[in-house]
Amino acid sequence: MQGLLNAMPGAVAQGMIWGIMAIGVYITYKVLDVADLTVDGSMVTGMATCAMLMTSGWNVWPAMLVSMLVGMLCGLLTGLFHTLMGIPAILSGILTQLILWSVNLKIMGKANQALPARVYDVLISQMSRYRALVILFLFCVVLIAVLYWFFGTRYGAAVRATGNNEKMARAQGINTSTIKIVGLMLSNGVVALSGALLAQYKGSADINDGRGAIVIGLAAVIIGEVIVSKFPQNFVVRLLGVVLGGIVYYIVYQTVVFLGLDTDLLKMLSALVVAIFLAVPYLKTHYFGKKHHKKEVS
Amino acid sequence: MLELKNITKIFNAGTVNEKVALDDLTITLNEGDFVTVIGGNGAGKSTMLNAIAGTFPVDEGSIVIDGEDITKWPEHKRAKFIGRVFQDPMTGTAADMWIEENMALAKRRGKSRGLSWSIVQKDREKYREMLKRLDLGLEDRMSTKVGLLSGGQRQAITLLMASMNHPKLLLLDEHTAALDPKTAAKVLSITREIVESEQLTTLMITHNMKDALAHGNRLIMMNAGRIILDVSGEEKSKLTVEDLLAIFAKSGSDGAANDRMLLT
Repeated sequence: MQGLLNAMPGAVAQGMIWGIMAIGVYITYKVLDVADLTVDGSMVTGMATCAMLMTSGWNVWPAMLVSMLVGMLCGLLTGLFHTLMGIPAILSGILTQLILWSVNLKIMGKANQALPARVYDVLISQMSRYRALVILFLFCVVLIAVLYWFFGTRYGAAVRATGNNEKMARAQGINTSTIKIVGLMLSNGVVALSGALLAQYKGSADINDGRGAIVIGLAAVIIGEVIVSKFPQNFVVRLLGVVLGGIVYYIVYQTVVFLGLDTDLLKMLSALVVAIFLAVPYLKTHYFGKKHHKKEVS
Repeated sequence: MLELKNITKIFNAGTVNEKVALDDLTITLNEGDFVTVIGGNGAGKSTMLNAIAGTFPVDEGSIVIDGEDITKWPEHKRAKFIGRVFQDPMTGTAADMWIEENMALAKRRGKSRGLSWSIVQKDREKYREMLKRLDLGLEDRMSTKVGLLSGGQRQAITLLMASMNHPKLLLLDEHTAALDPKTAAKVLSITREIVESEQLTTLMITHNMKDALAHGNRLIMMNAGRIILDVSGEEKSKLTVEDLLAIFAKSGSDGAANDRMLLT
C-alpha cells in the first residue's frame, strides 16, 4: 500500500501532462466536432523536438515554444489534407500520423533520445515531483485561461459555431475551412506542448510514446465530463474536468499496475473502456430509451 | 440589384440520375423588390436560392449583385451581401450557443472577426431591443442556448440575424414550412415587418399560394428550372389562387399542380 501511495504524486503529474494533451483533443473532438488522430504523432513530435533542442544546448523555454510551433505545423498539414484536398478528417489525421512517424525518427535520428534531468536544466522531472506538480498546475491554469479568452473572442466564437453548425457558420460569412485549419493547429500545438513536458518529466523521448494518445485523450475528456457533470457548466469548468479526467486516468492506471495487472493489457483495457463510454449515448437511445414521440415544431 | 444571367445547373450530369435543375434561367431583381417564389416540387426554387447563396457552383451563367460579379465567390464570402433563412429551423442557428452569441456571430457577417471580445454590453442592449420587437419574450433569455427554443422561436431569431447589417439580399427558403400554422403565420408577419421596415430586397419561396399572393410586390412561378410567370405591382395584386392554378395546369408540367399545392 505504501508503494501505491508513493506512486501517487507521479501519477498525478503524469495525469496532468496527459490532461493538457487531452485539452488539445477537447478542442478538436468537442469544440470543432472533428476526430483528429494526428495527436498520436504530434505528441511525439513535441517530445522529440524538445529533447533534441535541449540536448543541443537550447534553454527549456524556447525549446518548448518551438515544440509547440512544430506541433501546430502538424495540425496545419492535417488541416490542408482535410480542407484543401477533401480527405475525410479521420483519414487526414491518420495520414499525418504516419508521416510524423518518419519525421519523428528523422528529428531524433534514432528511435529514442534521452533527456536526463541530471544533465539538462529541465523544468519538471521525476526527481522533484512536488515541484513538477506545482509547475504543471500553473501550466494548466495559464492554458485554460488563454483558451477561455480565445473562445470568448469573435474569432473563437466563429470556431465554436463551425463545430456546432457548419452550414450556419458559412451563412454567417465564416470561412469554415480556415477555421478548421486554425482549430487543428491550436489543438496540435497544445498536444505538442504536453509532449515537450512529458519528455522532460520522463527524461526521454521515444518513438512509441504517442501510441494510443488519442484514446488516452478521449478517456480523459469522457472521464472529465462525468466528473463535472454535477457542476454548473461553463468552458473553464469543462476544461478543468478534462485535466481532472487525465489525473483520474493515471491514478487508475497506477493502481491497476500496482495490483499486478499485466501491463501488456493496459492499452486494450483503455480502448475498451473508452469504447463503452462512447457507446453509452447510442445504447441509451436505441436499447434503453423511452419511446420517442416526434414533437411537432412550434 | 441582383442579376441572374442564363444560369444552368445540372445535377449528376452524365448519369441516369441527370437532372436539369436550372435551365438557362435569367431574372433581374430591382432594389427593394419583395419577390415570392412558387412552383411544384423539383421546379428549381431552392436550387435557384442555393445558386445565389453559393452552396454549389453553377455550370453556366453569371450572378451579379450591385454590379459585382459573384459567380465565382465562395459561399462564406457571398454572405457579406446575403442573409438567409432555411426551411429547417435547426439550420440557421448554432444550437449549443446562446441567443446573444448567435446574434453576435451574425453581426460580424461579412466583416473581419479578430480577437476582441465577442459580446460587449453596448451590443447586448441592441440585441435586447431587437428581440423585444419579436414579442416572444426572448429578450429576457439572451443567455439561453438556442437549442432549447422552439422551431418558431429559432426561425424568428434566424430572421433577425439574417436581416442584420442591412444585407443587399434576403433569401427565405420556405422558412415557415416546418412550423405549425399558427406559428407560421406569426413568423410570416415578423418577416413582413422586418422586410418592410428595413426595405430589404427579398426572395421568398413558399408552398402556400395565398401567402405568395398576400406578400411582396412581385411573384414568380417556376417550372422545370425556368421561370414561367413573372408578375408585379397591379397585375400581381389582381391575381387569385384560381388564376395561379390555371397557369399551373396550362404549363402541363410534370406534377406542377401536385397535391401539396392544391391543398394549401
